[in-house]
Amino acid sequence: MGRSSSTKDAQALFHSLRSAYAATPVNLKIIDLYVGFAVFTALIQVVYMAIVGSFPFNSFLSGVLSCVGTAVLAVCLRIQVNKENKEFKDLPPERAFADFVLCNLVLHLVIMNFLG
Amino acid sequence: MARSLAGFLALFPFVLICGAASLFQPISDSHRSAALELFTPTHGSFKSLEETYEALRTFEVLGIEKKPDVTATACRSISETLGSLTSTPKDLFYALKANSIVKCKINEKTSEFFFFFTLQKGIFTRLNAAVNGASSLLDFYYSIGGLVLIKGQTSKADVYLTDAEGVFRSVKAFSQSDGRWRYSSNNPESSAFAAGIALETLAGIVSLASSEMDQSLIITLKNDVSKLFDSIEKYDVGALYFDDKLVDGREHQGPLSTTSSVVRGLTALAAVTAGSVNLPGDKILGLAKFFLGIGVPGDAEDFFNQIDSLACLESNRVSIPLILSLPSTELSLTKKDSLKVRVNTVLGSNAPPLTVKLVGAFSSGSKDASLVESQELKFDAETGVHILSNLPKSIDVGSYTFVFEIVLHESEHVKVYVTGSQTKVPIFVTGLIKIESAEITVLDGDLGSIETQKKLDLAGHNAVSLSANHLQKLRISFQLTTPRGRAFRPHQALLKLRHESKIEHIFLVGNSGKQFEIVLNFLGLVEKFFYLSGRYDIELTVGDAVMENSLLRAIGHIELDLPEPPEKAPRPPPQPVDPYSRYGPKAEITHIFRAPEKHPPKELSLAFLGLTILPLLGFLVGLLRLGVNLKNFPSKAIPATFAILFHVGIGAVLLLYVLFWLKLDLFQTLKLLGFLGVFLVLVGHRILSHLAATSAKVKSA
Repeated sequence: MGRSSSTKDAQALFHSLRSAYAATPVNLKIIDLYVGFAVFTALIQVVYMAIVGSFPFNSFLSGVLSCVGTAVLAVCLRIQVNKENKEFKDLPPERAFADFVLCNLVLHLVIMNFLG
Repeated sequence: MARSLAGFLALFPFVLICGAASLFQPISDSHRSAALELFTPTHGSFKSLEETYEALRTFEVLGIEKKPDVTATACRSISETLGSLTSTPKDLFYALKANSIVKCKINEKTSEFFFFFTLQKGIFTRLNAAVNGASSLLDFYYSIGGLVLIKGQTSKADVYLTDAEGVFRSVKAFSQSDGRWRYSSNNPESSAFAAGIALETLAGIVSLASSEMDQSLIITLKNDVSKLFDSIEKYDVGALYFDDKLVDGREHQGPLSTTSSVVRGLTALAAVTAGSVNLPGDKILGLAKFFLGIGVPGDAEDFFNQIDSLACLESNRVSIPLILSLPSTELSLTKKDSLKVRVNTVLGSNAPPLTVKLVGAFSSGSKDASLVESQELKFDAETGVHILSNLPKSIDVGSYTFVFEIVLHESEHVKVYVTGSQTKVPIFVTGLIKIESAEITVLDGDLGSIETQKKLDLAGHNAVSLSANHLQKLRISFQLTTPRGRAFRPHQALLKLRHESKIEHIFLVGNSGKQFEIVLNFLGLVEKFFYLSGRYDIELTVGDAVMENSLLRAIGHIELDLPEPPEKAPRPPPQPVDPYSRYGPKAEITHIFRAPEKHPPKELSLAFLGLTILPLLGFLVGLLRLGVNLKNFPSKAIPATFAILFHVGIGAVLLLYVLFWLKLDLFQTLKLLGFLGVFLVLVGHRILSHLAATSAKVKSA
């Protein structure tokens, strides 16, 4: 009994989460999708490392860090672009996007140097 | 060490032979092959007529059949020289000399005979004039020599000197009181070489004289010759030679050419004068020994001098030397070698009937009485060898000096030939030495009782293994007996112990009679052995020049148990470094590379490459699901251009990164990135500010 009620609760929770997320602006959804893409790519590389071994380690690190780094930057972008977030109310999203592009370029310059 | 010892043993007999070489071999085939090598014409002819003559004369004396054919070129050169009016007496002399051997067939055709005849006439007149105008010894030598040769080559007997005695006196004027001669009256230096030339010249004058010469002149000349022979020099081995000790080395001739010149002069003189030249036969024999002692000269002129002089000695009228030689001076008792002696003339032709006697045999180094009775050697007519088939019983292995005497059978030969009174020849008698009752024993120190005893077979292979401590003794003993059953004492009887650390100890094995014995008392030797316990290899050396079975043999090893070294025990000396290891090649350096890491299978990697694309696909699909569009893309021309440039700029930077990964280095990348970055900032600023402006407009509206 208790179990079915908890399942139901969970279902209700997911439902409300989904409906709440549906209200999110499209640009934020795109960013979320991008973050998911980056994280999954990183995960696949980790699985590959677990199967094959960590040689060459720098390549593995740069591959994973590239994904994680860009995901983090995307999260930062999302924070700044979010209109609900009052802290960055005065910051135009274009400026945030310019920061995102600049940081990504710097990050990938380092990654490429480390790739070997 | 072992190798050097064996080398030393091998060298020993040669050293001994060289030390007392008093054996001379007559001219043999080695001279003939050497002659063909030394006198090789270049392009079918020799450099000069003088060389041509020397080569032809050498071939003639040695009786070489297969000589290089130079007759045609030589004849052409001879007739050119004889026909030319500018030839000097020297040229004419050598041309005629060469012709005397080649015998150019100018005489066969009448016209040429006439030509040759007139030519001879011309040469004769020219040489005669040269004789009359001559002022130095060499002028006389060449012109007189030329005349003598003309006389020898024509049947006409009208070649003679008108004033022979006058010319004789003018040549004689160059002579000195000691028998030497000067080259010219204004040159005070005299030499034996010039004496030889003068004697030859004077002999020529005598043969050219139309009437009998004044005998007193000839007698004084012979006195000069004996005076000259008083100044002869001597080697220890009995060889005699002439040498000019000139301070001025300009025209200095070596002992070989000097002696050769004297021999030629002497034999020429002896050939033309009646009555013998009074010279002891030993001197002629000494000269022959000198020429034979040279061996085979490496120089063409030396070779010619040697061969020509020996040919002169072979047929001279003073006395013909006979040379006693042995085919082998090493005789083996074991193989029952017989003593063979050969007696030849210097050029190797057969000697007249004679008997060789062995008159004595002396052990080297001792001056005791002779070991053998005088006995005759048997002559084998077929091989021309005198043989003593059984060595006397008193001759055992060792080195000896045998003394031979030659006795000519016919009394008239005694006047013609000279044999030397006695010939001493060093002889080595070798044999197999019997090695008996060889044994190696370990004895107990105090009582001397036998601990272990092993027989040794020194002729074969041994590998004894013994052990001893410092209170015991090692004894090695053996007996050496000669084939005649006497005690034998070899040059070397050595025992060597070699420790594992390569430290060697060598002991001499002493003897009493036949018995050889050495006792090593280890108690007294511990210090010498540096207290080094362990395995010692034992090596025994028994060697001698006359021992046919000299041996250097590893017997086995002994395990020594020596006490611990005390505080101040001497340290073993450092072993000499093998020079090969110091200067030889270094050990090869092998480069070790890191083993390549294990790579995963290619399929797996490719599968994961495909997997990494999946999230990207998911991302794109998600974008489509969200209904993303490009409606916000600026529609006006200028902002659209900037927007496109902005994206192109980002793409260019990413492309630059890929190139950086593939081939560029950091500096090239940063340089390019600088330009791209400035461009990107400009473009990005324009487009983003434009977008910001439009969105602000929308907000405000």
